[in-house]
Formats: sequence, C-alpha cells, structure tokens
Amino acid sequence: MQDWRKNKLAFAILMAPASFWLILFFTIPLAIVWVYSFGGRGPEGQTLIQFSFDNYRRSLEWIHLGIIWKSIVIATITTAACLVLGFPLALAIAFAPSRLKNVLLLLVILPFWTNLLIRTYSWIAVLREKGFLNFGLEWLWNETDWVLTLLGMPDVLGDFQPLRLLYNLPAVVIALIHVQLPFMVLPLYATLEKLDKSFLEASLDLGASQWRTLLSVTVPLAMPGIASGVLLTFILSLGSFLAPDLLGGTEGLMIGNLIAHQFGPSRDWAFGSALSFLIMYTTFIVLWVRSAIASRSEGGVGI
Amino acid sequence: MSRAIVSIQNVSKLFGSKVVALDDVSLDIEEGEFFALLGPSGCGKTTLLRMLAGFEIPTSGRVMIDGEDMEGVDPNRRPVNMVFQSYAVFPHMNVASNVGYGLKVTGVPRSEIDAQVEEALALVKLDGYEQRMPSQLSGGQRQRVALARALIKRPKVLLLDEPLSALDAKLREAMQLELVRLRNAVGITFIIVTHDQNEALSMANRVAVMNGGRVAQVATPAELYEFPNSRFVADFIGKINLLEATVAGMENGRLLAEAPGLGRVAVPFSGAAHDEIGLAIRPEKIRLDRGEPMEGRLKIRGRVREIAYYGDESHVFIEDGGGIIITANVANDTRTTRGPVSVGDEVWASWAPADTLVLTE
Amino acid sequence: MKTETIAQPVNAVGRAPRLRAKRRILPLEYTRWRSLQVLLAAIFIFLYFPIVSLVAFSFNNSKRNVTWQGFTFDYYVKAYHNAGLHEAFIHSMIIASVSTLVSTIAGAMLGLALYRFRFGLKGFVDGWISLPIVIPEVCMGVAMLAFFALIDFPLGLTTIIVSHIAFSIPFVAVVIRARMAGFDESLEEASRDLGANQLQTFWNITLPYMVPGLVAGALLAFTLSLDDFVITFFTSGPGSTTFPIKIYSMVRFSVTPEVNAASTVLIVLTLTLTVIAMAIQGRSGKHMAAK
Repeated sequence: MQDWRKNKLAFAILMAPASFWLILFFTIPLAIVWVYSFGGRGPEGQTLIQFSFDNYRRSLEWIHLGIIWKSIVIATITTAACLVLGFPLALAIAFAPSRLKNVLLLLVILPFWTNLLIRTYSWIAVLREKGFLNFGLEWLWNETDWVLTLLGMPDVLGDFQPLRLLYNLPAVVIALIHVQLPFMVLPLYATLEKLDKSFLEASLDLGASQWRTLLSVTVPLAMPGIASGVLLTFILSLGSFLAPDLLGGTEGLMIGNLIAHQFGPSRDWAFGSALSFLIMYTTFIVLWVRSAIASRSEGGVGI
Repeated sequence: MSRAIVSIQNVSKLFGSKVVALDDVSLDIEEGEFFALLGPSGCGKTTLLRMLAGFEIPTSGRVMIDGEDMEGVDPNRRPVNMVFQSYAVFPHMNVASNVGYGLKVTGVPRSEIDAQVEEALALVKLDGYEQRMPSQLSGGQRQRVALARALIKRPKVLLLDEPLSALDAKLREAMQLELVRLRNAVGITFIIVTHDQNEALSMANRVAVMNGGRVAQVATPAELYEFPNSRFVADFIGKINLLEATVAGMENGRLLAEAPGLGRVAVPFSGAAHDEIGLAIRPEKIRLDRGEPMEGRLKIRGRVREIAYYGDESHVFIEDGGGIIITANVANDTRTTRGPVSVGDEVWASWAPADTLVLTE
Repeated sequence: MKTETIAQPVNAVGRAPRLRAKRRILPLEYTRWRSLQVLLAAIFIFLYFPIVSLVAFSFNNSKRNVTWQGFTFDYYVKAYHNAGLHEAFIHSMIIASVSTLVSTIAGAMLGLALYRFRFGLKGFVDGWISLPIVIPEVCMGVAMLAFFALIDFPLGLTTIIVSHIAFSIPFVAVVIRARMAGFDESLEEASRDLGANQLQTFWNITLPYMVPGLVAGALLAFTLSLDDFVITFFTSGPGSTTFPIKIYSMVRFSVTPEVNAASTVLIVLTLTLTVIAMAIQGRSGKHMAAK
C-alpha cells in the first residue's frame, strides 16, 4: 500500500469519478433532506427553509408515535424470531461436513437473490383467506374431523374458520422474517465458522452438557457475530417499505410507509424529511454501536 | 583492482519516525563479484536490496550504481534487475511472454525478442518450455524462468532475494551450483540476500553480515569464519564456544587473560587493550583427551554430558565443575560404533593458543 | 469420513453378519441431530414455499384457485403481449445497462484506489461509501426525489439511472477491493523492475487480474438495478416505469398468474446472472491464484 502523496495523480484520477458521483448524487440529496427536516410546509405544499424542531416534535405526537412504536415492535419481533431460527441454522451449517456446508449456504442465500418485491408479494397467495396456508389447515381440519367421526366423536370440531393472516401485523412480521433471515444467518455463520472448535471440545471434555456448552461457551464467543446480525436485521426491518405496504393493510403500517406518504399524497416534505432522518439517526447509532462492539471484541478476546 | 559497481554510501532508512531499518550503512561491491547480504530476519538486508532495485528510497545517504547516483531514478530505468523471493512469474502469461516481457515493454521489435528469449531459456536449461504456463511448472522451474526473465535484460547487477528459501533441501544444493555456474557464464555481478549462512558461505566471494540495520563485517567466507570481528559474527557464522575473560595485561604481542574454567592463559593478540574480552574457539579445533594435555595449550577439564551423533561427526557437550559447557566436534574417522568418549567420561578439552579468537566487541 | 466396518458375529441362529453399522455421532456434529435436521427442513420449507408456489402456479390454468387446474403457458403468453410489461422491461434493460457501465468503471476505480492507497481520511471514506448500502432504501429514495425536485429536473429514465449508479458504485468498489486483496504485489514490482512504466504495468499485469472482479461487479450492478424497487419508485415519473414497478402496480390490483409469470421471468433472469457471476469468481480464483 502506498501513501497517496507518492502518486497524487493516480490517486486523484482513481478517486474522482466515484467521489464526484457520490457527493453530488448521494451526499447532497441527503443533506437537502436534512435541511428540510428543520423546515416547514407552505400553504401550497412547498417546503419552506427555516430552522425549527417542529417536525421532530410532530413525530412524537400520539398518532405518529403509534406508528413509530409499532415499527420498533415489528422490527424487534422480527429480529428476535430471526435470531431464534437463525442461530440453530447457522450452527448446523457451520458444523456440517464441507460438501454439505456449501450446499446449505447456497440454499440459504438463494432466496436472497430473488427480487424483494416478488419475495414479499408471494406471501399474499399463501396467507390470504383462500390461500395456501388456510387451504392446508382446512384440509387438516377436515381430515381430523373425519378421523374423530370414525372414532365415534362427530361434531367435536365445528366449521373451519380460516385464519386472518393478511393485511395485518402478523403478515408483515412473517414476510419480514422471511426476507431478513439470510441477513441474520450470514454474520452468525461467519463467526461460528471461524470459531476454534477446540473451545467447545474442551468444555465437553470438562464435563459440561451440550446445552451448557452452548450457553457458556458458544454463545459468548459468537457474540460479535450475534451482535452484528441482530443490529443489521433490526435496522433493515425498521426501514421496511414493501412488506407493510403490500401486506400490512391499515394495521401494519410502518415508518417507511408514513415517510412515503408525506412525499406523496400528504405533500409535507419537511415532516417526511424529519421522519426519514429519525431512521437515519437510529441507523448511525446502531452502526456505531456495532463497530464499537466489533473493535472491543477484537481487542478483548485474543483467539 | 576492479571498480566498485555498487557503492552504498552512508545509507540510512527510517520507516515512520521510529523504525530504523538501516543505520548508516556503507558498502562497496566490486564488478563481477558474487556478493551476499547475510543476517537474521529484521537486520535490514532485504531493505537494502530493494533500495538497490529502486523499490525503497534512502532516508539519507546515496546509492551509486556503476558510478551514477540513483537518486530519483525509478526501478524501471535502473541497470539492475531483481529475482523476487516469490519469483513473481506472471501467472497469466506463458514462459516465452514472461521472459520477453522486459524487452516488449521497452520497445524491442518482436523478431528480436523471440531470438533472445530462446537464448535466455537455453541459458537456464529450459529449452523448449516457451509455450508452457507457469501453473504447469515446478517451483524450481519457475525460478529459472524468473532468472531468464531478468538476465535477458543484460543488467549490470542481478539481485536475488532469498533465492533458495522456497526450495527443498536436494533442490537447494543443485540450485546453489546452478547459480554459481550462471554467474560464471554471464559474468555479471550477483548480489543475494539470505538468512542461511550455508548458502552465503558456499556461493559468495564476499559476504556482508548485517545485524540491526548495520553491517557487522564484510569479508570472504573464510575470513568471516576464522577471523570474525565480534561476538555477533562469531556466533552467527557456524558454531562457537564463547568464554568471557578479564584482561590481566599485554606483553610481546600476547594477551594475558583470566577466564573461569580456563585459568590464566596467554593468546596471540595485536589489537588495542581492553578490560574484558571474549575468548572463543571453534568446536572442530578442540581436541579431547583423557590425560592432561601438554603445556602451551588452553585446556578445560570437565565431564561429558551429552553426545549428538551425526554420522560423519559427533558433537560432544562437556561441562566443567563451574557450569561452563564446551562443544567439541569430533570427526568419526575410524569405522567403529563406539565413539572416542562416552557420556559421563572425565575428559580434557584443549586447543592451541593461535586458534583462539579474541573478540573485543 | 471414516465409516467403521463392524462385522457382527454370526450368532447361533445363523444370521448373516451386518457389514455396515451407523457411525456414532461425534459431540460437535450438530448437523446430525434429528431435532436440528427437522428445524432445518422446516426453515427451508418456510423460505422456499412462497416463491416456489408462485413460480409453480404461474403455470396453473386457473385465475385464483389454490388447486391445480392444469399446466399451461397461457399466462406467459399473456404477459408477453402485455404492452405495459413490455415497455417496462425495455426500460429496465436500458437503465440497468447504462447504470452498470458507469458504476462498474467508477466503482472499480474507487475500489482500486482504496486497495492501493493509504490516506488520512480513509476510515471516513470507508464509512461514507458504505452508507448507500446500509441506509434504508426509503431514506435514499426520498432524498433523490427531493434533490431532483430542487434542481427542477423532471423525473424519468435519467433520474432513475442516476440514482441506480449512486447505489451501485459502493457494491462494485467492495467487489473489486476484495478481488485485489488476493493480488501478489511483487508481480507489479517485477514488471517495473523489468522496465515497464506505471501504465504498462497496469495494462499488462494489474488489469488482467482485475477482470474477474470487474465481471462479477458488473453482473452485481446489473442485477441490483434490474431488481430495485423502492428507490426507483421515488425517482420514476410517468412513462418511465420499470419492470418491478409494473409488477408492483399489477400486484396492487390483484395477484394473478400473469403477474406470477412476469415475476418468474424476472427471477430466472436475475438468478442466471448471479450464478454466472459466482461461477466466474470461483473459477478465476484458481486460474489466477496469485498468492
């Protein structure tokens, strides 16, 4: 690696196009939104440049706070579920024999490569009243009823009531888990893979049970990966737009939809900017926490 | 007297503000020499080599090649070429393209390149390998490609960075001879960097022993071995027995000293006076006797602690009452399974005063 | 994997010896635990069922039923003749192509600079260019919208392309940088030692090594652009619909096999490109294994 001063011309040429583009078409737009977040709304819906915290205050109003709170709840449930499902999955893959390992990894990543929109709306056909899930449940219901009738207990089960799993909060959570699972599994897998297996073997050798080893040795050692996965999943879930939009109905609206609304029908860009930056601030904080944990663990655990 | 083809004058190199890689190094290398830079890792030898090639710039001092100051001269314009430790054979080009690369980029016409490539490959005994890809070659073959690639440019000096370190023992010996043969065939100056003293001693005309960024001693291999100028060089080259002694006085070209285990001794010495010196003796110069040796020899009495058998010779470790351990190399010059001494024997280790090294540093 | 051959002794009844016994599960072979295997299966079903059913039922000869009514290509034909879809597809192709071209070049140069040079603000720049990857797409989308509104630039293909380039550049930079991490620098030094100048060294030695990374980065940028919805949603105007946006508007109306057919086409397209990119990265690793 060279010091840039040794070759200023090459350095400048290489950095120029990307820097130019990212400053003009990324940093400046964000800066504009940031300025707007302190602005106001004019009578015809145009954005006034002023300095006030009104918009941020508005976001804390009851109606809006509700959506923000709901978004946090949804993101938390999603992250927790992904962790509970993802950890055993990552564990199984990390300790699988090497041919199987690549296959399993590929299977986990493959859905990730399909379009987000398609992945999301594919749940509509599954969760709706006449969808696959209810279809399957109904079939099970009827079969059980038939068996019970045979055993001499007719009419124990009444009519099948389909589950209402679409256009509400559960639908959003299910779809988000589906979308975010790879984001949880991959960092977890990476950490578990690099783990020195002899720590686990030592624990077992000393008499600890599998479960105890998991809690006392595996999880603490994998903590950086866990933290990474959890923070990443949380942030991505928080800013979701498509899942609540397509599957949430009125019940499952999240911040992302509220923001889109401000830039759409509501024409209150200043407010939308403030909301947008609320997510950005949260993202920055989470990222900062993540890197703090990462650097601390690198210094602390001398594996 | 041949002219110095490479002249390193008071070169120092600092990395950052704290790491001193080279400390006021001055060296002259003569035309046609096979020269070795020898030292432990971190002594600065590779930095010095790279400085000759142009990949490092001195913090202070000058590098002259063939009488010209190399300040500000880029690597691609210097009359030297380097064979890298990893050989750096371009993996995406075949052997011919690799060897001809240096000619191609300097604008030599295609027809000439082909002829010269053929010649260079013949020189390193890789005739017919033009179309092969590097991945199809063994390590030793790739090294020869790297050699041909450098030699085709007819540099004034060829630099080799640890040329034998990646080869297995058998190949190493063959390559040592090969490198000397090549140099004799081509007639240019070779400068190699190595941490292996056997390589340096067996191939080079002169060796610079380096330590901690400085040159400890520059001499022929024999001079380095028999007349090291410091404890470091004596210990780094070959094996040595070192005894610390206090000086009692000097008279008639001899030094009077006293050392534990040795008692009072007189050794030939013509240098300046010191209070404390190191007396050293090479293991193969020690003779072992059961009876006390005759007068005039330096001697230590002790018990054999350990014998390491190497087939052609044995290394005998003798410990005297005061904890001093002497290693003696005894040649197995008769065919017998019983060695001259056994573990536990009481023996006298002795040597001639003239064989004693007097080390002031 | 060793399989112990345990020959069971022939007992009094004269049963033939069993030649292959099941190997005992080692303590760390979690993958062989029945409970985990069941969990894995369940998760994979969860992951794949919606997508697979979507693809499968695009061939279903029925508009809304969840039961199989017969195999047909009808809806693919219908989708093919859908003028709106057609136009959207062409738009997506144009956008993806231009975006890929610009972002690959700019991103590769950036990746190369980050690999090669040390400079004071490097940590900051690393963080800055990772922002487009990390921040929620909604935030970036509205920012682009606000920007174009401020400079009074009409929303259309151009604004979409500009935004796509912006979020693709960091991805390409990361790919190139990762590729260059495996590069043996002594190859460049050898080239200069032999007489080549910087440009010649770049062209003859560095660039050939970069090529697999460039291809992978380009394919990545292409799929990112092709697949993008949220940012495109905010930066598209009338007459500049892309394929995903068109699918979205069709889905809002109703989930039909026709929409599923269009989606399947998109899935196949992006999967194929991604697989090619992976294959190139894998194969080139062996050919130009520099270190």
